Amino acid sequence: MTTTTGGPAVEVRDLRKQYGDKRAVDGLDLRVEPGEIVAVLGPNGAGKTTTVEILEGFRRAGSGHVRVLGEDPATAGRAWRSRLGVVLQSTDDLAEATVRELVHHFATFYPAPRDPEGVIDAVGLRERAGVRVRGLSGGQRRRLDVALGVVGDPELLFLDEPTTGFDPEARLEFWGLVERLREDGTTILLTTHYLDEAERLADRLVVVASGRVVAEGTPADLGGRAARRARVRWRADGTEHEEVTDTPTAVVTRLAARYGEVPGLQVLRPTLEDVYLDLIGTARTAASDAVPADLTEVAR
Amino acid sequence: MSTTAPARERGDARRTAPARRPASRQPGLLRVGLARTVFEVRGFARERDAVVFVFLYPVILLAIFATVFGRDEEVLPGSGVMFPQYFLPGMVATGVMLSSFQALAVAVAVERDDGTLKRLRATPLPATGYFLGKTGQVLVTSGLQTAVLLAVAALVFDVPLPDDAGRWWTFAWVALLGTATGAVCGVAFSSLPRSGRSVTAVVTPVVLVLQFISGVFFRFDELPGWMQQVAALFPLKWLAQGMRSVFLPDGATSLEPSGSWQHGATALVLAAWLVAGLVVGVRTFRWRRRDDG
Repeated sequence: MTTTTGGPAVEVRDLRKQYGDKRAVDGLDLRVEPGEIVAVLGPNGAGKTTTVEILEGFRRAGSGHVRVLGEDPATAGRAWRSRLGVVLQSTDDLAEATVRELVHHFATFYPAPRDPEGVIDAVGLRERAGVRVRGLSGGQRRRLDVALGVVGDPELLFLDEPTTGFDPEARLEFWGLVERLREDGTTILLTTHYLDEAERLADRLVVVASGRVVAEGTPADLGGRAARRARVRWRADGTEHEEVTDTPTAVVTRLAARYGEVPGLQVLRPTLEDVYLDLIGTARTAASDAVPADLTEVAR
Repeated sequence: MSTTAPARERGDARRTAPARRPASRQPGLLRVGLARTVFEVRGFARERDAVVFVFLYPVILLAIFATVFGRDEEVLPGSGVMFPQYFLPGMVATGVMLSSFQALAVAVAVERDDGTLKRLRATPLPATGYFLGKTGQVLVTSGLQTAVLLAVAALVFDVPLPDDAGRWWTFAWVALLGTATGAVCGVAFSSLPRSGRSVTAVVTPVVLVLQFISGVFFRFDELPGWMQQVAALFPLKWLAQGMRSVFLPDGATSLEPSGSWQHGATALVLAAWLVAGLVVGVRTFRWRRRDDG
Protein backbone atom coordinates (compact mmCIF):
# COMPACT_ATOMS: atom_id res chain seq x y z
CA MET A 1 0.00 0.00 0.00
CA THR A 2 2.64 2.55 0.96
CA THR A 3 4.81 2.56 -2.09
CA THR A 4 5.77 6.23 -2.29
CA THR A 5 9.03 5.87 -0.45
CA GLY A 6 11.09 8.11 -2.66
CA GLY A 7 10.14 6.62 -6.04
CA PRO A 8 8.78 8.67 -8.93
CA ALA A 9 5.03 9.39 -9.01
CA VAL A 10 4.87 8.27 -12.63
CA GLU A 11 7.37 6.13 -14.48
CA VAL A 12 6.80 5.10 -18.09
CA ARG A 13 9.35 3.36 -20.29
CA ASP A 14 8.85 2.45 -23.92
CA LEU A 15 5.06 2.50 -23.72
CA ARG A 16 3.28 1.26 -26.85
CA LYS A 17 -0.38 0.99 -27.73
CA GLN A 18 -1.82 0.11 -31.08
CA TYR A 19 -5.40 0.33 -32.40
CA GLY A 20 -5.63 -1.71 -35.58
CA ASP A 21 -2.88 -0.33 -37.80
CA LYS A 22 -2.62 2.94 -35.95
CA ARG A 23 0.17 3.28 -33.42
CA ALA A 24 -1.44 5.64 -30.92
CA VAL A 25 1.52 5.45 -28.53
CA ASP A 26 4.82 4.44 -30.01
CA GLY A 27 7.64 4.08 -27.52
CA LEU A 28 6.84 6.84 -25.06
CA ASP A 29 8.95 7.59 -21.98
CA LEU A 30 7.78 9.76 -19.11
CA ARG A 31 8.82 10.40 -15.54
CA VAL A 32 7.10 12.60 -13.00
CA GLU A 33 8.74 13.20 -9.63
CA PRO A 34 6.69 13.77 -6.46
CA GLY A 35 5.71 17.41 -6.07
CA GLU A 36 6.29 18.20 -9.73
CA ILE A 37 3.81 19.66 -12.21
CA VAL A 38 4.39 18.22 -15.66
CA ALA A 39 2.48 19.35 -18.72
CA VAL A 40 2.09 16.99 -21.66
CA LEU A 41 1.67 19.00 -24.84
CA GLY A 42 0.84 17.83 -28.29
CA PRO A 43 -1.57 18.12 -31.19
CA ASN A 44 -4.85 16.19 -31.26
CA GLY A 45 -4.18 12.55 -32.00
CA ALA A 46 -0.62 12.71 -30.65
CA GLY A 47 -1.39 10.03 -28.07
CA LYS A 48 -1.75 12.27 -25.01
CA THR A 49 -5.15 11.05 -23.90
CA THR A 50 -4.36 7.40 -24.65
CA THR A 51 -1.23 7.68 -22.52
CA VAL A 52 -2.99 9.41 -19.65
CA GLU A 53 -5.84 6.91 -19.72
CA ILE A 54 -3.36 4.06 -19.50
CA LEU A 55 -1.82 5.78 -16.47
CA GLU A 56 -5.27 6.20 -14.92
CA GLY A 57 -6.05 2.52 -15.41
CA PHE A 58 -8.80 3.02 -18.00
CA ARG A 59 -6.91 1.33 -20.82
CA ARG A 60 -4.35 -1.41 -20.91
CA ALA A 61 -0.88 -0.76 -22.19
CA GLY A 62 0.08 -2.64 -25.35
CA SER A 63 3.61 -3.09 -24.06
CA GLY A 64 6.17 -1.25 -21.97
CA HIS A 65 6.80 -0.51 -18.33
CA VAL A 66 4.21 1.60 -16.51
CA ARG A 67 4.25 2.45 -12.80
CA VAL A 68 1.98 5.02 -11.19
CA LEU A 69 2.60 5.60 -7.48
CA GLY A 70 4.65 2.43 -7.61
CA GLU A 71 1.94 0.19 -9.03
CA ASP A 72 0.87 -1.12 -12.41
CA PRO A 73 -2.40 0.72 -13.20
CA ALA A 74 -3.76 -2.33 -15.05
CA THR A 75 -3.84 -4.40 -11.86
CA ALA A 76 -3.88 -1.80 -9.07
CA GLY A 77 -6.87 -1.80 -6.75
CA ARG A 78 -8.98 0.44 -4.56
CA ALA A 79 -6.18 1.53 -2.25
CA TRP A 80 -4.23 2.79 -5.27
CA ARG A 81 -7.25 4.61 -6.69
CA SER A 82 -7.79 6.37 -3.39
CA ARG A 83 -4.35 7.99 -3.79
CA LEU A 84 -5.16 9.35 -7.25
CA GLY A 85 -7.28 12.24 -8.39
CA VAL A 86 -8.60 12.20 -11.93
CA VAL A 87 -10.16 15.13 -13.76
CA LEU A 88 -11.34 13.81 -17.10
CA GLN A 89 -12.13 15.83 -20.18
CA SER A 90 -15.34 17.75 -19.69
CA THR A 91 -18.61 15.80 -19.49
CA ASP A 92 -22.32 16.44 -19.05
CA ASP A 93 -23.04 14.12 -16.17
CA LEU A 94 -24.34 14.70 -12.63
CA ALA A 95 -26.84 17.36 -13.66
CA GLU A 96 -29.38 16.98 -10.84
CA ALA A 97 -27.15 17.10 -7.76
CA THR A 98 -25.87 20.22 -6.07
CA VAL A 99 -22.22 21.14 -5.69
CA ARG A 100 -22.30 20.55 -1.93
CA GLU A 101 -24.03 17.17 -2.24
CA LEU A 102 -21.53 15.97 -4.83
CA VAL A 103 -18.40 17.01 -2.97
CA HIS A 104 -19.67 15.46 0.27
CA HIS A 105 -20.81 12.33 -1.57
CA PHE A 106 -17.50 11.76 -3.36
CA ALA A 107 -15.67 12.25 -0.07
CA THR A 108 -17.38 9.10 1.27
CA PHE A 109 -15.52 6.96 -1.30
CA TYR A 110 -12.10 7.74 0.20
CA PRO A 111 -10.36 6.51 3.32
CA ALA A 112 -8.94 9.91 4.33
CA PRO A 113 -10.73 12.67 2.42
CA ARG A 114 -10.23 16.39 2.76
CA ASP A 115 -12.90 18.43 4.46
CA PRO A 116 -15.56 18.82 1.71
CA GLU A 117 -16.48 22.34 2.80
CA GLY A 118 -12.83 23.34 2.66
CA VAL A 119 -12.58 21.93 -0.86
CA ILE A 120 -15.65 23.90 -1.94
CA ASP A 121 -13.96 27.04 -0.64
CA ALA A 122 -10.66 26.14 -2.28
CA VAL A 123 -12.21 25.85 -5.76
CA GLY A 124 -14.17 29.06 -5.27
CA LEU A 125 -17.66 27.56 -5.40
CA ARG A 126 -18.81 28.74 -1.97
CA GLU A 127 -21.48 30.99 -3.45
CA ARG A 128 -22.69 28.21 -5.75
CA ALA A 129 -22.59 25.36 -3.21
CA GLY A 130 -26.38 24.93 -3.16
CA VAL A 131 -26.80 25.11 -6.94
CA ARG A 132 -27.51 22.05 -9.07
CA VAL A 133 -24.85 21.22 -11.61
CA ARG A 134 -27.06 22.05 -14.59
CA GLY A 135 -27.14 25.63 -13.30
CA LEU A 136 -23.35 26.08 -13.34
CA SER A 137 -21.34 27.86 -16.02
CA GLY A 138 -18.69 25.96 -17.95
CA GLY A 139 -15.90 27.33 -15.78
CA GLN A 140 -17.77 26.54 -12.57
CA ARG A 141 -18.43 22.99 -13.78
CA ARG A 142 -14.75 22.52 -14.40
CA ARG A 143 -13.92 23.79 -10.92
CA LEU A 144 -16.43 21.28 -9.56
CA ASP A 145 -14.62 18.56 -11.56
CA VAL A 146 -11.40 19.59 -9.83
CA ALA A 147 -13.16 19.62 -6.44
CA LEU A 148 -14.31 16.03 -7.02
CA GLY A 149 -10.81 15.12 -8.20
CA VAL A 150 -9.05 16.47 -5.10
CA VAL A 151 -11.58 15.75 -2.32
CA GLY A 152 -9.89 12.38 -1.71
CA ASP A 153 -6.65 14.26 -0.96
CA PRO A 154 -4.71 12.63 -3.81
CA GLU A 155 -0.95 12.36 -4.00
CA LEU A 156 -1.15 12.56 -7.78
CA LEU A 157 -3.69 14.51 -9.79
CA PHE A 158 -4.41 14.06 -13.50
CA LEU A 159 -5.86 17.09 -15.28
CA ASP A 160 -6.94 16.31 -18.84
CA GLU A 161 -7.38 19.47 -20.90
CA PRO A 162 -8.86 21.31 -17.93
CA THR A 163 -9.57 24.68 -19.55
CA THR A 164 -10.76 23.79 -23.05
CA GLY A 165 -13.57 26.15 -24.01
CA PHE A 166 -12.89 28.66 -21.22
CA ASP A 167 -13.05 32.41 -21.65
CA PRO A 168 -9.83 34.21 -20.67
CA GLU A 169 -11.09 35.26 -17.25
CA ALA A 170 -12.25 31.77 -16.33
CA ARG A 171 -8.88 30.45 -17.46
CA LEU A 172 -6.99 32.88 -15.21
CA GLU A 173 -9.15 31.86 -12.25
CA PHE A 174 -8.57 28.20 -13.00
CA TRP A 175 -4.82 28.72 -13.14
CA GLY A 176 -5.01 30.32 -9.71
CA LEU A 177 -6.72 27.17 -8.45
CA VAL A 178 -4.00 24.91 -9.85
CA GLU A 179 -1.34 27.16 -8.32
CA ARG A 180 -2.95 26.74 -4.91
CA LEU A 181 -2.86 22.94 -5.37
CA ARG A 182 0.83 23.27 -6.22
CA GLU A 183 1.37 25.07 -2.93
CA ASP A 184 -0.18 22.07 -1.15
CA GLY A 185 2.46 19.91 -2.80
CA THR A 186 0.13 17.92 -5.06
CA THR A 187 1.91 16.21 -7.95
CA ILE A 188 0.08 17.08 -11.17
CA LEU A 189 0.17 15.62 -14.65
CA LEU A 190 -1.56 18.06 -16.96
CA THR A 191 -2.42 17.60 -20.62
CA THR A 192 -3.25 20.65 -22.63
CA HIS A 193 -2.85 22.14 -26.04
CA TYR A 194 -2.58 25.65 -24.71
CA LEU A 195 1.05 26.69 -24.60
CA ASP A 196 0.47 29.65 -22.32
CA GLU A 197 -1.22 27.34 -19.83
CA ALA A 198 1.66 24.89 -19.87
CA GLU A 199 4.21 27.69 -19.59
CA ARG A 200 2.39 29.25 -16.66
CA LEU A 201 1.66 26.13 -14.63
CA ALA A 202 4.26 23.49 -15.36
CA ASP A 203 7.73 22.89 -13.98
CA ARG A 204 8.47 20.75 -16.97
CA LEU A 205 6.98 20.34 -20.42
CA VAL A 206 6.84 17.14 -22.40
CA VAL A 207 5.97 17.50 -26.06
CA VAL A 208 4.35 14.45 -27.62
CA ALA A 209 3.85 13.91 -31.33
CA SER A 210 3.00 10.73 -33.23
CA GLY A 211 2.91 8.76 -30.00
CA ARG A 212 6.36 9.61 -28.68
CA VAL A 213 8.15 12.32 -26.75
CA VAL A 214 9.85 14.72 -29.16
CA ALA A 215 11.14 17.20 -26.61
CA GLU A 216 11.24 17.75 -22.90
CA GLY A 217 12.44 20.54 -20.64
CA THR A 218 11.53 23.50 -18.49
CA PRO A 219 9.35 26.12 -20.18
CA ALA A 220 12.43 28.33 -20.59
CA ASP A 221 14.70 25.63 -22.00
CA LEU A 222 12.38 23.58 -24.15
CA GLY A 223 14.00 22.48 -27.37
CA GLY A 224 17.10 24.53 -26.56
CA ARG A 225 15.00 27.65 -26.89
CA ALA A 226 17.40 29.84 -24.90
CA ALA A 227 20.29 28.74 -27.06
CA ARG A 228 18.50 29.27 -30.34
CA ARG A 229 19.70 31.96 -32.63
CA ALA A 230 18.04 35.32 -32.45
CA ARG A 231 16.81 37.37 -35.38
CA VAL A 232 17.78 41.05 -35.51
CA ARG A 233 15.52 43.16 -37.71
CA TRP A 234 15.81 46.77 -38.73
CA ARG A 235 14.69 49.07 -41.48
CA ALA A 236 17.06 50.85 -43.84
CA ASP A 237 16.69 52.45 -47.25
CA GLY A 238 12.96 51.75 -47.14
CA THR A 239 13.31 47.93 -46.82
CA GLU A 240 13.32 45.43 -43.95
CA HIS A 241 16.64 43.81 -43.12
CA GLU A 242 17.08 40.71 -41.04
CA GLU A 243 20.15 39.01 -39.70
CA VAL A 244 20.11 35.63 -37.92
CA THR A 245 22.86 35.48 -35.33
CA ASP A 246 24.27 33.82 -32.24
CA THR A 247 25.51 37.18 -30.99
CA PRO A 248 22.66 39.66 -31.27
CA THR A 249 24.35 42.16 -28.96
CA ALA A 250 27.32 42.42 -31.28
CA VAL A 251 25.04 42.95 -34.26
CA VAL A 252 23.08 45.67 -32.46
CA THR A 253 26.33 47.39 -31.40
CA ARG A 254 27.50 47.34 -35.01
CA LEU A 255 24.18 48.72 -36.24
CA ALA A 256 24.18 51.42 -33.56
CA ALA A 257 27.61 52.53 -34.64
CA ARG A 258 26.36 52.83 -38.18
CA TYR A 259 22.89 54.38 -37.72
CA GLY A 260 22.95 55.87 -34.21
CA GLU A 261 19.32 55.22 -33.28
CA VAL A 262 18.58 52.09 -35.38
CA PRO A 263 15.28 52.53 -37.28
CA GLY A 264 12.67 49.82 -36.55
CA LEU A 265 15.05 47.74 -34.42
CA GLN A 266 13.73 44.38 -33.20
CA VAL A 267 15.57 41.48 -31.56
CA LEU A 268 13.43 38.36 -31.78
CA ARG A 269 13.88 35.11 -29.94
CA PRO A 270 11.69 32.12 -30.74
CA THR A 271 8.56 32.03 -28.56
CA LEU A 272 7.47 28.80 -26.98
CA GLU A 273 4.90 28.60 -29.73
CA ASP A 274 7.56 28.86 -32.44
CA VAL A 275 9.55 26.11 -30.76
CA TYR A 276 6.50 23.93 -30.29
CA LEU A 277 5.27 24.25 -33.87
CA ASP A 278 8.78 23.57 -35.04
CA LEU A 279 8.97 20.42 -32.89
CA ILE A 280 5.67 18.90 -33.89
CA GLY A 281 6.24 19.94 -37.50
CA THR A 282 9.54 18.05 -37.53
CA ALA A 283 7.92 15.03 -35.92
CA ARG A 284 5.18 15.00 -38.50
CA THR A 285 7.56 15.22 -41.41
CA ALA A 286 9.66 12.43 -39.96
CA ALA A 287 6.61 10.26 -39.49
CA SER A 288 5.39 10.75 -43.03
CA ASP A 289 8.61 11.12 -44.99
CA ALA A 290 7.49 8.61 -47.58
CA VAL A 291 4.62 10.89 -48.59
CA PRO A 292 5.24 13.96 -50.77
CA ALA A 293 5.19 17.12 -48.73
CA ASP A 294 2.31 18.77 -50.55
CA LEU A 295 0.15 15.69 -50.00
CA THR A 296 0.69 15.73 -46.24
CA GLU A 297 -0.17 19.38 -46.32
CA VAL A 298 -3.53 18.55 -47.92
CA ALA A 299 -4.14 15.61 -45.61
CA ARG A 300 -3.96 17.84 -42.61
CA MET B 1 17.21 15.19 -22.75
CA SER B 2 17.08 16.40 -19.19
CA THR B 3 15.43 14.02 -16.75
CA THR B 4 14.21 16.13 -13.89
CA ALA B 5 14.47 19.86 -13.85
CA PRO B 6 14.67 21.13 -10.29
CA ALA B 7 11.14 21.70 -9.10
CA ARG B 8 10.32 25.14 -7.89
CA GLU B 9 10.44 25.84 -4.19
CA ARG B 10 7.37 24.02 -3.08
CA GLY B 11 6.02 20.65 -2.28
CA ASP B 12 9.06 19.85 -0.17
CA ALA B 13 6.91 18.89 2.77
CA ARG B 14 5.49 16.11 0.62
CA ARG B 15 8.87 14.90 -0.46
CA THR B 16 10.42 14.72 2.96
CA ALA B 17 7.39 12.90 4.33
CA PRO B 18 6.74 10.21 1.75
CA ALA B 19 4.40 7.93 3.69
CA ARG B 20 2.03 10.67 4.66
CA ARG B 21 -0.97 8.42 5.16
CA PRO B 22 0.04 4.93 6.10
CA ALA B 23 -2.56 2.43 4.98
CA SER B 24 -5.79 4.19 5.88
CA ARG B 25 -8.76 1.86 5.87
CA GLN B 26 -11.05 1.95 2.87
CA PRO B 27 -14.66 2.84 3.70
CA GLY B 28 -16.84 -0.22 4.28
CA LEU B 29 -19.01 -1.54 1.47
CA LEU B 30 -22.18 -1.14 3.48
CA ARG B 31 -21.45 2.51 4.20
CA VAL B 32 -20.62 3.22 0.57
CA GLY B 33 -23.72 1.33 -0.59
CA LEU B 34 -25.88 3.36 1.76
CA ALA B 35 -24.30 6.64 0.65
CA ARG B 36 -24.90 5.66 -2.98
CA THR B 37 -28.52 4.69 -2.22
CA VAL B 38 -29.24 8.06 -0.62
CA PHE B 39 -27.57 9.82 -3.55
CA GLU B 40 -29.44 7.75 -6.16
CA VAL B 41 -32.84 8.12 -4.50
CA ARG B 42 -32.36 11.87 -4.25
CA GLY B 43 -31.33 12.05 -7.91
CA PHE B 44 -34.33 9.96 -8.92
CA ALA B 45 -36.74 12.08 -6.88
CA ARG B 46 -35.48 15.19 -8.67
CA GLU B 47 -36.39 13.92 -12.10
CA ARG B 48 -39.98 14.90 -11.54
CA ASP B 49 -41.32 13.77 -14.90
CA ALA B 50 -39.86 10.28 -14.39
CA VAL B 51 -41.23 10.10 -10.85
CA VAL B 52 -44.73 11.01 -11.97
CA PHE B 53 -44.76 8.42 -14.73
CA VAL B 54 -43.17 5.61 -12.76
CA PHE B 55 -45.58 6.13 -9.87
CA LEU B 56 -48.69 6.92 -11.85
CA TYR B 57 -48.38 4.55 -14.80
CA PRO B 58 -49.61 1.40 -13.02
CA VAL B 59 -52.29 3.40 -11.19
CA ILE B 60 -53.57 4.95 -14.41
CA LEU B 61 -53.54 1.58 -16.17
CA LEU B 62 -55.49 0.04 -13.32
CA ALA B 63 -58.03 2.86 -13.50
CA ILE B 64 -58.42 2.46 -17.27
CA PHE B 65 -58.84 -1.30 -17.17
CA ALA B 66 -61.18 -1.18 -14.23
CA THR B 67 -63.32 1.38 -16.06
CA VAL B 68 -63.27 -0.37 -19.45
CA PHE B 69 -64.13 -3.82 -18.11
CA GLY B 70 -66.44 -2.50 -15.40
CA ARG B 71 -65.42 -2.23 -11.79
CA ASP B 72 -68.48 -4.15 -10.64
CA GLU B 73 -68.21 -6.91 -13.25
CA GLU B 74 -67.12 -10.36 -12.26
CA VAL B 75 -64.25 -11.88 -14.22
CA LEU B 76 -66.05 -15.23 -14.20
CA PRO B 77 -69.72 -15.32 -13.18
CA GLY B 78 -69.96 -16.67 -9.65
CA SER B 79 -66.23 -16.31 -8.89
CA GLY B 80 -66.69 -13.16 -6.82
CA VAL B 81 -63.54 -11.71 -8.42
CA MET B 82 -64.14 -8.25 -9.92
CA PHE B 83 -62.09 -6.87 -12.77
CA PRO B 84 -60.12 -4.33 -10.68
CA GLN B 85 -59.09 -7.14 -8.38
CA TYR B 86 -58.10 -9.36 -11.28
CA PHE B 87 -55.95 -6.65 -12.89
CA LEU B 88 -54.28 -5.40 -9.70
CA PRO B 89 -51.69 -8.23 -9.59
CA GLY B 90 -50.72 -7.55 -13.20
CA MET B 91 -50.27 -3.86 -12.43
CA VAL B 92 -48.15 -4.63 -9.38
CA ALA B 93 -46.01 -6.91 -11.55
CA THR B 94 -45.71 -4.37 -14.34
CA GLY B 95 -44.84 -1.67 -11.83
CA VAL B 96 -42.06 -3.80 -10.39
CA MET B 97 -40.71 -4.44 -13.88
CA LEU B 98 -40.81 -0.77 -14.82
CA SER B 99 -39.06 0.47 -11.71
CA SER B 100 -36.44 -2.27 -11.79
CA PHE B 101 -35.79 -3.47 -15.33
CA GLN B 102 -36.76 -0.44 -17.40
CA ALA B 103 -35.50 2.17 -14.93
CA LEU B 104 -32.08 0.56 -14.58
CA ALA B 105 -31.63 -0.29 -18.26
CA VAL B 106 -32.22 3.37 -19.05
CA ALA B 107 -30.32 4.86 -16.11
CA VAL B 108 -27.18 2.78 -16.55
CA ALA B 109 -27.09 3.32 -20.32
CA VAL B 110 -27.50 7.07 -19.85
CA GLU B 111 -24.86 7.18 -17.12
CA ARG B 112 -22.47 5.26 -19.32
CA ASP B 113 -23.15 7.70 -22.14
CA ASP B 114 -22.83 10.95 -20.20
CA GLY B 115 -19.60 9.98 -18.42
CA THR B 116 -20.97 9.35 -14.91
CA LEU B 117 -19.69 5.78 -14.94
CA LYS B 118 -16.25 6.77 -16.16
CA ARG B 119 -16.01 9.44 -13.48
CA LEU B 120 -16.97 6.93 -10.79
CA ARG B 121 -14.50 4.41 -12.22
CA ALA B 122 -11.72 6.91 -11.53
CA THR B 123 -12.56 6.92 -7.81
CA PRO B 124 -12.06 4.10 -5.29
CA LEU B 125 -15.81 3.41 -5.35
CA PRO B 126 -16.02 -0.35 -6.00
CA ALA B 127 -18.41 -1.61 -8.68
CA THR B 128 -20.32 -3.44 -5.95
CA GLY B 129 -20.90 -0.13 -4.19
CA TYR B 130 -22.35 1.36 -7.35
CA PHE B 131 -24.71 -1.60 -7.81
CA LEU B 132 -25.71 -1.64 -4.15
CA GLY B 133 -26.77 1.99 -4.61
CA LYS B 134 -28.81 1.13 -7.69
CA THR B 135 -30.39 -1.83 -5.90
CA GLY B 136 -31.26 0.32 -2.90
CA GLN B 137 -32.80 2.97 -5.10
CA VAL B 138 -34.88 0.40 -7.01
CA LEU B 139 -36.08 -1.18 -3.75
CA VAL B 140 -37.15 2.22 -2.42
CA THR B 141 -38.92 3.30 -5.60
CA SER B 142 -40.63 0.00 -6.37
CA GLY B 143 -41.69 -0.29 -2.73
CA LEU B 144 -43.22 3.18 -2.73
CA GLN B 145 -44.83 2.63 -6.10
CA THR B 146 -46.40 -0.65 -5.03
CA ALA B 147 -47.67 0.94 -1.83
CA VAL B 148 -49.33 3.76 -3.80
CA LEU B 149 -50.90 1.27 -6.18
CA LEU B 150 -52.25 -0.93 -3.38
CA ALA B 151 -53.63 2.08 -1.53
CA VAL B 152 -55.45 3.36 -4.63
CA ALA B 153 -56.77 -0.13 -5.43
CA ALA B 154 -58.10 -0.61 -1.90
CA LEU B 155 -59.48 2.88 -1.32
CA VAL B 156 -60.78 3.80 -4.78
CA PHE B 157 -61.60 0.48 -6.39
CA ASP B 158 -62.58 -1.46 -3.25
CA VAL B 159 -60.15 -4.27 -4.02
CA PRO B 160 -59.94 -6.50 -0.95
CA LEU B 161 -56.32 -6.84 0.22
CA PRO B 162 -55.18 -10.12 1.80
CA ASP B 163 -55.41 -10.33 5.57
CA ASP B 164 -53.34 -13.41 6.29
CA ALA B 165 -49.59 -13.55 6.87
CA GLY B 166 -49.09 -16.40 4.40
CA ARG B 167 -50.19 -14.29 1.42
CA TRP B 168 -48.10 -11.31 2.49
CA TRP B 169 -45.13 -13.63 2.78
CA THR B 170 -45.75 -14.76 -0.81
CA PHE B 171 -46.08 -11.10 -1.78
CA ALA B 172 -42.76 -10.27 -0.11
CA TRP B 173 -40.69 -12.99 -1.75
CA VAL B 174 -42.26 -12.60 -5.19
CA ALA B 175 -41.83 -8.81 -5.08
CA LEU B 176 -38.22 -8.99 -3.83
CA LEU B 177 -37.17 -11.74 -6.20
CA GLY B 178 -38.94 -9.99 -9.08
CA THR B 179 -37.28 -6.67 -8.27
CA ALA B 180 -33.84 -8.24 -7.96
CA THR B 181 -34.29 -10.14 -11.24
CA GLY B 182 -35.56 -7.04 -13.01
CA ALA B 183 -32.71 -4.92 -11.70
CA VAL B 184 -30.01 -7.37 -12.68
CA CYS B 185 -31.52 -7.92 -16.14
CA GLY B 186 -31.85 -4.15 -16.55
CA VAL B 187 -28.13 -3.67 -15.92
CA ALA B 188 -27.32 -6.49 -18.35
CA PHE B 189 -29.69 -4.99 -20.94
CA SER B 190 -28.10 -1.54 -20.60
CA SER B 191 -25.10 -2.65 -22.67
CA LEU B 192 -27.31 -3.52 -25.65
CA PRO B 193 -28.39 -0.07 -26.93
CA ARG B 194 -25.64 1.69 -28.84
CA SER B 195 -26.09 4.94 -26.93
CA GLY B 196 -27.96 6.58 -24.12
CA ARG B 197 -30.19 8.31 -26.64
CA SER B 198 -31.44 5.08 -28.20
CA VAL B 199 -31.98 3.21 -24.96
CA THR B 200 -35.61 4.22 -24.41
CA ALA B 201 -36.47 3.20 -27.96
CA VAL B 202 -34.86 -0.19 -27.41
CA VAL B 203 -36.33 -0.90 -23.97
CA THR B 204 -39.92 0.26 -24.49
CA PRO B 205 -40.96 -2.35 -27.09
CA VAL B 206 -39.50 -5.15 -24.98
CA VAL B 207 -41.46 -3.97 -21.97
CA LEU B 208 -44.68 -3.45 -23.95
CA VAL B 209 -44.60 -6.83 -25.69
CA LEU B 210 -43.91 -8.58 -22.40
CA GLN B 211 -46.87 -6.78 -20.82
CA PHE B 212 -49.19 -7.89 -23.62
CA ILE B 213 -48.21 -11.55 -23.62
CA SER B 214 -47.79 -11.97 -19.85
CA GLY B 215 -51.37 -11.42 -18.74
CA VAL B 216 -50.97 -7.84 -17.57
CA PHE B 217 -53.54 -6.36 -19.95
CA PHE B 218 -55.66 -9.44 -20.68
CA ARG B 219 -56.76 -12.50 -18.82
CA PHE B 220 -53.78 -14.78 -19.16
CA ASP B 221 -55.89 -17.92 -19.66
CA GLU B 222 -57.63 -16.35 -22.65
CA LEU B 223 -54.37 -15.78 -24.57
CA PRO B 224 -53.52 -18.29 -27.32
CA GLY B 225 -51.59 -21.30 -26.04
CA TRP B 226 -48.41 -20.50 -27.99
CA MET B 227 -48.39 -17.01 -26.55
CA GLN B 228 -48.71 -18.40 -23.05
CA GLN B 229 -45.76 -20.66 -23.75
CA VAL B 230 -43.62 -17.81 -25.09
CA ALA B 231 -44.56 -15.66 -22.09
CA ALA B 232 -43.62 -18.51 -19.75
CA LEU B 233 -40.00 -18.11 -20.90
CA PHE B 234 -39.84 -14.59 -19.43
CA PRO B 235 -40.04 -13.40 -15.82
CA LEU B 236 -43.00 -11.01 -16.12
CA LYS B 237 -45.55 -13.79 -16.63
CA TRP B 238 -44.35 -15.50 -13.43
CA LEU B 239 -44.21 -12.26 -11.52
CA ALA B 240 -47.84 -11.51 -12.49
CA GLN B 241 -48.93 -15.04 -11.69
CA GLY B 242 -47.21 -14.90 -8.30
CA MET B 243 -49.03 -11.65 -7.57
CA ARG B 244 -52.37 -13.18 -8.60
CA SER B 245 -51.75 -15.88 -5.99
CA VAL B 246 -51.50 -13.07 -3.44
CA PHE B 247 -54.48 -10.92 -4.40
CA LEU B 248 -56.99 -13.41 -5.82
CA PRO B 249 -58.96 -15.94 -3.78
CA ASP B 250 -57.84 -19.56 -3.93
CA GLY B 251 -60.81 -20.39 -6.15
CA ALA B 252 -59.29 -18.22 -8.87
CA THR B 253 -56.81 -20.97 -9.71
CA SER B 254 -59.56 -22.02 -12.11
CA LEU B 255 -58.50 -18.98 -14.18
CA GLU B 256 -54.93 -20.30 -14.44
CA PRO B 257 -54.08 -22.48 -17.44
CA SER B 258 -52.24 -24.88 -15.14
CA GLY B 259 -54.99 -24.84 -12.55
CA SER B 260 -52.55 -23.94 -9.77
CA TRP B 261 -50.33 -21.03 -8.66
CA GLN B 262 -47.08 -22.88 -9.43
CA HIS B 263 -45.03 -21.15 -6.73
CA GLY B 264 -42.12 -23.54 -7.21
CA ALA B 265 -41.89 -22.84 -10.94
CA THR B 266 -42.22 -19.09 -10.28
CA ALA B 267 -39.28 -19.11 -7.88
CA LEU B 268 -37.28 -21.26 -10.27
CA VAL B 269 -37.82 -19.14 -13.39
CA LEU B 270 -37.22 -15.85 -11.58
CA ALA B 271 -34.08 -17.22 -9.94
CA ALA B 272 -32.83 -18.56 -13.29
CA TRP B 273 -33.22 -15.10 -14.85
CA LEU B 274 -31.54 -13.58 -11.82
CA VAL B 275 -28.49 -15.80 -12.26
CA ALA B 276 -28.45 -15.42 -16.05
CA GLY B 277 -28.77 -11.63 -15.72
CA LEU B 278 -25.93 -11.55 -13.21
CA VAL B 279 -23.62 -13.64 -15.39
CA VAL B 280 -24.36 -11.66 -18.55
CA GLY B 281 -24.31 -8.35 -16.67
CA VAL B 282 -20.93 -8.99 -15.10
CA ARG B 283 -19.44 -10.13 -18.41
CA THR B 284 -20.81 -7.32 -20.56
CA PHE B 285 -20.74 -4.42 -18.13
CA ARG B 286 -18.72 -1.48 -19.44
CA TRP B 287 -17.71 1.65 -17.58
CA ARG B 288 -17.16 3.48 -20.82
CA ARG B 289 -19.03 4.11 -24.04
CA ARG B 290 -18.40 1.87 -27.01
CA ASP B 291 -16.77 4.71 -28.94
CA ASP B 292 -14.42 5.41 -26.03
CA GLY B 293 -11.90 2.66 -26.76
